[in-house]
Amino acid sequence: MRAIYVRELASYFSSMIAYITVGLLLAVLGLVLWVFPDFSLLLTPFAGIDALFEIAPLIFIFLIPAFTMRTFAEEKQAATLEVLLTRPVSAWQIIIGKFLATLSWLIIALVPTLIYVYSIYQLGSPPGNIDLGQIAASYFGLFLLGAVFCAIGILASAQTSNQIVAFVMAVFLCFILYYGFYFISRIGSFSGNLDAIIESLGIDYHYHSISRGVIDTRDLAYFICVIGLCLTWTWVSITKRK
Amino acid sequence: MSISVSNLSKHFGPQKAVNDISFQVGKGEILGFLGPNGAGKTTTMRMITGYLAPDEGEITINGTIVSEDNLAIKAQIGYLPENNPLYLDMYVREYLRYVARIYKLDHPWKRIDEVIGMTGLGIESHKLIRTLSKGYRQRVGLAQAILHNPDVLILDEATSGLDPNQLIEIRQLIRDLGKEKTILLSTHIMQEVQALCDRVVIINKGVIVADGNIHMLSQKLAGGVKVEVVFSRPVADPTFQEIKGYRSHEKSGENRYIISGETDAINETVFDFAVSKNLKILEMTTMRESVEHIFQQLTTKVS
Repeated sequence: MRAIYVRELASYFSSMIAYITVGLLLAVLGLVLWVFPDFSLLLTPFAGIDALFEIAPLIFIFLIPAFTMRTFAEEKQAATLEVLLTRPVSAWQIIIGKFLATLSWLIIALVPTLIYVYSIYQLGSPPGNIDLGQIAASYFGLFLLGAVFCAIGILASAQTSNQIVAFVMAVFLCFILYYGFYFISRIGSFSGNLDAIIESLGIDYHYHSISRGVIDTRDLAYFICVIGLCLTWTWVSITKRK
Repeated sequence: MSISVSNLSKHFGPQKAVNDISFQVGKGEILGFLGPNGAGKTTTMRMITGYLAPDEGEITINGTIVSEDNLAIKAQIGYLPENNPLYLDMYVREYLRYVARIYKLDHPWKRIDEVIGMTGLGIESHKLIRTLSKGYRQRVGLAQAILHNPDVLILDEATSGLDPNQLIEIRQLIRDLGKEKTILLSTHIMQEVQALCDRVVIINKGVIVADGNIHMLSQKLAGGVKVEVVFSRPVADPTFQEIKGYRSHEKSGENRYIISGETDAINETVFDFAVSKNLKILEMTTMRESVEHIFQQLTTKVS
């Protein structure tokens, strides 16, 4: 497992993938949070960074599938997966190794955004007048959301040997999970009885719940279940062969 | 027996890719695995390496049954698949280091240097795999297969894409490895079989059509022995009947005849015949069936 983790992580940084994706995330967030007026932190009356946690999931919906689309699709295309599966590693070790590598990338992508938090911290009046506890919880929520998207990306990648297909499939699944359930729950005929249940199936609901600063075990359980489900499905896809 | 395959079958839908095959490979033996494209060679090899699960039958390696989950047995196998898949964006040494890490080798760099030396990768070992020529990529493939010093080597078309000089080197390497390891080698190249293998198994449409020593196979197939003779003057057709053990003959050139007989003794009786007829033999060669010919005969039969 360690070998696979190390190889994956090294491949992100020896190719341009990691630099481009992390750079893109920072550039887009920087523009939206500081330059463009709609979400600009400088124009809000309170020292807070909520806008970051509103925008980041939107970027993740596209960025994470783009990042994870190669995990299995590329190995299937090049048939290196065949060699890997004949080596003394189990399919689970391969999946977990790759998943942990994407999580490491996620942390590496999120760490530089702390600069924005620091800036807001300094801009508060007086400096430091900011709810750090809530920000920490929001980061935790964002990390969990990113982790779910990574698991979805890996799942989509394991279904096909075509990276474009994997990308589109993953974007679609992330979108459904993030917005889809919320939209469905708004359908009139569900209101009053099913809408709360349907809404709670979406990530959005649990993400915002954690962002408020309360880490509820139900929300944690939700994220862990979704990740577990995606990775198990991935396991099924790569172990059943023709 | 190092590799023992018994009653192995694999279906893909209605198509029987491998149909009830059994064979064994002993320690220190190099077995040539021959067959036309689509005969089931790669499927069989994939099952031996544990990549595919057989529908019926079983495979044992050093007495242990191969299964997908048996990681200990997988560590004893070195596998070079067809088309030699590699991570093109890795460096040769980086890739071998990665493989060494998977097998948890104790002194990885020592072994990596050793294997680089054995496969003749030396000067290319600091390059990106993508930039290597096909021959050198093939060596990387071979290097990763032998890195963990496995007992059993499964080589699917190991020498494809090599130039004649490289071919000689790699064949020598395989021959050396074959002294202590068990090697199953699939190939299309017939000279390879003649150069390397102690024994061949020929498979066609998922069924074994021949298994044995190349010389034995050729005699069995030809149903006798052929000699090509050049006499000093023409011989009338019916007079050939006087040769003891004669079966048939054909004219293959001026005063040149191919005579087939029932046994090896045909050489002597042709000589006696020539003496009795006062003919002079200018040339006489025993013809063996080439592996190509055996291969063609066995695999193009209408079934």
